[in-house]
Amino acid sequence: MKKLLFALTAAAAMVMAVNAQAADKLKACFVYVGPIGDFGYSYQHEQGRQDVIKHFGDKVETTYLENVSEGPDAERAFERLARQNCNLIFGTSFGFMDSELKVAKKFPKVMFEHATGFKTAANMGIYNARFYEGRYVMGQIAAKMSKTGVAGYIVSFPIPEVVMGINSFMLGAQSINPDFKLKIVWVNSWFDPGKEADAAKALFDQGADIITQHTDSTAPLQVAEERGKLGFGQSSDMIKFAPKAQLTSNTDNWGPYYIKRVQAALDGTWKPDNVWLGIKDDVVKLAPFTNMPDDVKAMAEATEKKIAGGWNPFTGPVYRQDGTEWLKDGEVSDDKTLLGMNFYVKGIDDKLPK
Amino acid sequence: MMRIELIKRPQHSALFSALSPIIALVLTLVFGAILFALLGRNPVTAMYIYFVSPLTQVWQIHELAVKAAPLILIAVGLAVCYRSNNWNIGAEGQLTMGAIAGSILPVLVPEYQGVFLLPLMLIMGMAGGALYAAIPALLKVRFNTNEILSSLMLVYVAQLFLDWVVRGPWRDPQGYNFPQTIQFSDAAILPELFPASGRASWAFVFAIVAALIVWFLMAKTLKGFEVKVIGQSPRAGRFAGFSTGRMVLFAFMVSGALAGLAGISEVSATINQLQPVISPGYGFTAIIVAFLGRLNPIGIIAAGLVLALSYLGGEAAQAAIGISDKTARVFQGMLLFFVLASDTLIYYRIRLITSRRAAGEAALEHS
Repeated sequence: MKKLLFALTAAAAMVMAVNAQAADKLKACFVYVGPIGDFGYSYQHEQGRQDVIKHFGDKVETTYLENVSEGPDAERAFERLARQNCNLIFGTSFGFMDSELKVAKKFPKVMFEHATGFKTAANMGIYNARFYEGRYVMGQIAAKMSKTGVAGYIVSFPIPEVVMGINSFMLGAQSINPDFKLKIVWVNSWFDPGKEADAAKALFDQGADIITQHTDSTAPLQVAEERGKLGFGQSSDMIKFAPKAQLTSNTDNWGPYYIKRVQAALDGTWKPDNVWLGIKDDVVKLAPFTNMPDDVKAMAEATEKKIAGGWNPFTGPVYRQDGTEWLKDGEVSDDKTLLGMNFYVKGIDDKLPK
Repeated sequence: MMRIELIKRPQHSALFSALSPIIALVLTLVFGAILFALLGRNPVTAMYIYFVSPLTQVWQIHELAVKAAPLILIAVGLAVCYRSNNWNIGAEGQLTMGAIAGSILPVLVPEYQGVFLLPLMLIMGMAGGALYAAIPALLKVRFNTNEILSSLMLVYVAQLFLDWVVRGPWRDPQGYNFPQTIQFSDAAILPELFPASGRASWAFVFAIVAALIVWFLMAKTLKGFEVKVIGQSPRAGRFAGFSTGRMVLFAFMVSGALAGLAGISEVSATINQLQPVISPGYGFTAIIVAFLGRLNPIGIIAAGLVLALSYLGGEAAQAAIGISDKTARVFQGMLLFFVLASDTLIYYRIRLITSRRAAGEAALEHS
């Protein structure tokens, strides 16, 4: 018994020593909604954390919590990190917004950043990526490569981020083939390989010959690979899982942003920010164009360049699904409309779940 | 050759009833230490972080209460069900429906902020859960359907209904189309017990009170006797004049009401709004808690706290020594496995069959 007590005391002392040491340098912490092994959304944030470690080495300590559910557990996760001397905390999923905000108000000295949400505080900034930019390029590629003129789209939840992606993909496709068709399947999950694979099979059976997805697993692409069809990766470069099927992938490259923010925190110049980064910031990055002829590749590269130069895929004329005009010729959508988007553009054959 | 056989004891062993949790703890510590050592972590530090560190800080004790409250509330209700031989697997759905029913006032009538708001919310939450639990109960009584399947499948119905409600009719008009209702007003938020030190709320008090009431009901009243008799022998119950049908309804509605109370308490106290995900599977975890507590309300309080501790410990270990979420879950699984396996010793004894006898029996089989 005495021995055990001694061991426990020693362990306690060690833990405290670790904590005390950590206070001297910057500690950057991350909260992920999925497992870091999803090879999709959370995996890419974890890559960003790895970039931070590589860039700063010993100057910065990092830690993370994975698979944190977007409910009552989230608040505890943020509070735990704040209490474990994290100075800068990144909450990487939309559903963490209110929990993170509550904890931010409780710990005014800790810096908070929240991805893809819209609420801020004196010590909580928000960051997001313009994924729709990459999706426009993918839509163009799909229209060029599809023989049937039909693409399938596997989607998670009808939030603005997802609707915006569908619209952008469709606008890209329509710029090549005005009669292009898009079939949509909602799987109501961000990560469910089984459901995603079933959706992919159903879409191929219904005549689509290219699929794209706004869910995080590699399953749909693997189905495309098996069937000899084509598809696009999501969040990370999934070429390893579908060497013959992946045309490109809309990857999230958070490293540059995380490095910039950690640097600001180290310099003492960190302020809550509200940024929406895209292709030109290197945060949205298209994986190498593969499995396509050179002319399609050249077109995709040209569009990517055009977007990097500041052109917005949501530039008029654009019509809503019901035929009414949304953007006049040459008019560019403001960000506020995009961030609250709840309507389809013309030509999409699906009813938005309400 | 040696064989191990389990022999049923004539009656359950009081010695092992007391010893089994200790055996389980020792086994968990030993195998946990091996696991952490294999991962290159100091086993003593890991165990300390897992089991002790969550109890060393006041805020974490609050978190323990926050996490344990819904588990205890639901498990206590399930114990009544299981004792009466009714297999309610759908507490997660009853929790969800309770949360929705309890949120009607704060979401649809936010301007009403009187003193009766919270009591009304809690009552409506309990009613929502109880009525939802009545569906599989009535199906069982009337059509003799399997309540395991019907209650389980109603979980998905409830979750999809919540999903639809927060994306459609109850969506916050100012919320950029994101799937969530408006935030509850302060009057609709279940107060914290000691707001200065942490966020444990009245939900924990409800859980303890519910456990005590159910304990009293089961141990001291005729109703409790009825539950146990019908559970052990429906035929004997009928001879005693107890109605099995009414018992099905009673057990389901009690456990549904408690699950509903857990749901509205959780939404009101910790989330403050409805959203697509309001529970990390409390309704299912509570099944483990109910059996871990041997279907005894007082045991369930302890079991709920232990399970909550294992969640907090797992999270602490992730953040402090960098083990993965998966390892934390494997360890939690080991703990549960050893506890339930050790309980076998209460009802069975182990007999070792020596090589000579085993060989003899084998020879007989082959001849």
